[in-house]
Amino acid sequence: MQHTRLFLGDEAIAQAALDAGISAAYAYPGTPSTEILEYIQRAPEAAARNVHRAWSANEKTAMEEALGVSWAGKRAMACMKHVGLNVAADPFVNAAITGANGGLLVVVADDPSMHSSQNEQDSRFYAKFAMVPLLEPSSQQEAYDMVWAGLDLSEKLRVPVVLRVTTRLAHSRADVRVRPPRPENPLSPPPDSRQYTLLPGNARRNYAALLRKQRDMIEAAEASEFNAALDGADTSLGIIAAGIAINYLRENYPGGACPHPVVKVCQYPAPEAPIARLIERCRRILVLEEGAPYIEEMVRGHFRKSPDVRGRIDGALPRAGELTPDDVAAALGLAHPPALKLAEVVRPRPPQLCRGCPHADTYKFLNEALRAYPGSRPLSDIGCYTLGALPPYDAIHSCVDMGASITMAKGAADAGVRPAVAVIGDSTFTHSGITGLLDAAYERTPMTVLVLDNDTVGMTGGQESLSSGRLEGIAAGLGVDPAHIKILTPLPKNHDENVKALAEELAYEGLSVVICRRACIQIRKRQ
Amino acid sequence: MKHDILIAGVGGQGILTIATILGRVAVAKELHLKQCEVHGMAQRGGAVYSHMRISSGAIWSDMIPCGAADMLIAMEPMEALRYAAWLAPEGWLIANEEPVVNIPDYPEPERVHAEIRARPRHVLFNATELATKAGASRAANVALLGAASYFMEMPAAAFEQAIAGQFASKGDKVVGANLAVFKAARELAESRAAE
Repeated sequence: MQHTRLFLGDEAIAQAALDAGISAAYAYPGTPSTEILEYIQRAPEAAARNVHRAWSANEKTAMEEALGVSWAGKRAMACMKHVGLNVAADPFVNAAITGANGGLLVVVADDPSMHSSQNEQDSRFYAKFAMVPLLEPSSQQEAYDMVWAGLDLSEKLRVPVVLRVTTRLAHSRADVRVRPPRPENPLSPPPDSRQYTLLPGNARRNYAALLRKQRDMIEAAEASEFNAALDGADTSLGIIAAGIAINYLRENYPGGACPHPVVKVCQYPAPEAPIARLIERCRRILVLEEGAPYIEEMVRGHFRKSPDVRGRIDGALPRAGELTPDDVAAALGLAHPPALKLAEVVRPRPPQLCRGCPHADTYKFLNEALRAYPGSRPLSDIGCYTLGALPPYDAIHSCVDMGASITMAKGAADAGVRPAVAVIGDSTFTHSGITGLLDAAYERTPMTVLVLDNDTVGMTGGQESLSSGRLEGIAAGLGVDPAHIKILTPLPKNHDENVKALAEELAYEGLSVVICRRACIQIRKRQ
Repeated sequence: MKHDILIAGVGGQGILTIATILGRVAVAKELHLKQCEVHGMAQRGGAVYSHMRISSGAIWSDMIPCGAADMLIAMEPMEALRYAAWLAPEGWLIANEEPVVNIPDYPEPERVHAEIRARPRHVLFNATELATKAGASRAANVALLGAASYFMEMPAAAFEQAIAGQFASKGDKVVGANLAVFKAARELAESRAAE
């Protein structure tokens, strides 16, 4: 018997993965994907079955660990935010060449509008690039059902399958019907080792097999329960609606009844046959999709005679940002009440460091120690501490990708910048800072690396940090001179001595690691 | 029956608790619901919101279309104005008077209040003060919910059950104080609506 529960999109994915018999889940926290592994960590059945559910160092290790579980014949899931797939791109693309043994689901949560991200890249391009199927739910219920379908498809076609959600679905709650659980797979590593040994001869053979599977993937999409051709009498316009865009379309018609023919696309490669029929039948085509104009480009075709296509490219919809029901209403030419103007007294309220945050104290002594070097600009990284780029701190001057503070500061030092300063959080450091520090230690680069150690992954809500209490040992192990590894406690009462200690390292023509250690105030409150 | 409610405030003010209690009411009444919320960077003291859609029929979009919300519940007066465009012309604005001044250029609170009072249908009151007087200083969110509940097609008892469920793990005293806050604010809304 099925029963109904209230789930965030992320939670529906997590529950479905447990129900569909995964043996392991791997992830690094990142908005809007974090709640998936958090849910599994809290789930009693995960504990009872001992499903793997600890955080990984980064998305690449998560993806490779999931690949290993699949190699062993069991079902696995790797979860990440969209930019995390850049980090995991090497194992992800090559996992398409090895193929899957046990079901392998790669869940990627995109963040159009960049609510909590540095870009709004669309993961559908990654699935196309790796030539694997992708599922994109339009509801929390589909998110649940697609985890089941995706793992089955992965085992049937023996390829990894991507499940793509966007922020709005990931962080929206709705009622979901769940199914009785399926048992986990038994251990069964592949009989033929050539499958996972991508020597050129094996890789060519595997690649040819992947190319042969493309037709199966299109046929699977055309037969998919998640794709549909919905009829409509008014063929002056045909609509292709992908993922949650179909909801914004239905929102604009009473009872959700769109008068135009619609092709709903939630499983990729995009189903060719129904789209071709729609183009034949309708004078104009409107493409509604969350993210980049992925289907729109495919339908438009750049170098042959195109049908009359509207979407994000021609400006019928905004080119950037997440879709809204209002954008879709405008693209449909539907009357809409004029938006009320924002009252003049309203001021922006950007996020800021919490009262009592250790990073605030660190930025105060960093700024003061740097007063001796006018114009100096510390390079930084991704986390709560990125808010130090804003007033009243104005303390850091970059945020690019996980770990780039150390490597960019090293590049700046190589270019002759003095003092070269990097500011990175403890978890960002273990994610992708360690290898950069190894470069610097190997070359004895003159720079000062501040590791802001609040003993947690703060920005995403306080997940375990893998470095907990071991940063100085890691730095020493990489070859940083222990005489230049300092531990400071960022508290107002220590301000003067912290300024002095940091000033000594800034003046040192060599590599220093200054660990600014005090626990996150939010985590303390919870304890 | 349908209620499209936008809840707004500042990260850390407890707007998700309002959404969760409304969710409990909807589930108990076997209604459909979709509720989206803000996680991540904005939760650090920035402007946050939640779209709550409750309906006896199918709900499509997770987001309420602009200009279509039946109600806007604001934990903070300037945040009420930030999201006022979401309200339908006949929608109710339920707002806390108490400002959260965590930016250097926060306007004169009186100017903010005047803008809210210019809206045709509003209940503006100091929810923080009301909650404190009723014995639960941290229950400004429950006070706003109490005022909002007066304008919804669901009986007070359904809200009271949901509140009792929400705070049950914190003991009878906390439950009782929150119920008192709810009742006082609902009565306040009733008297304001009659004006």
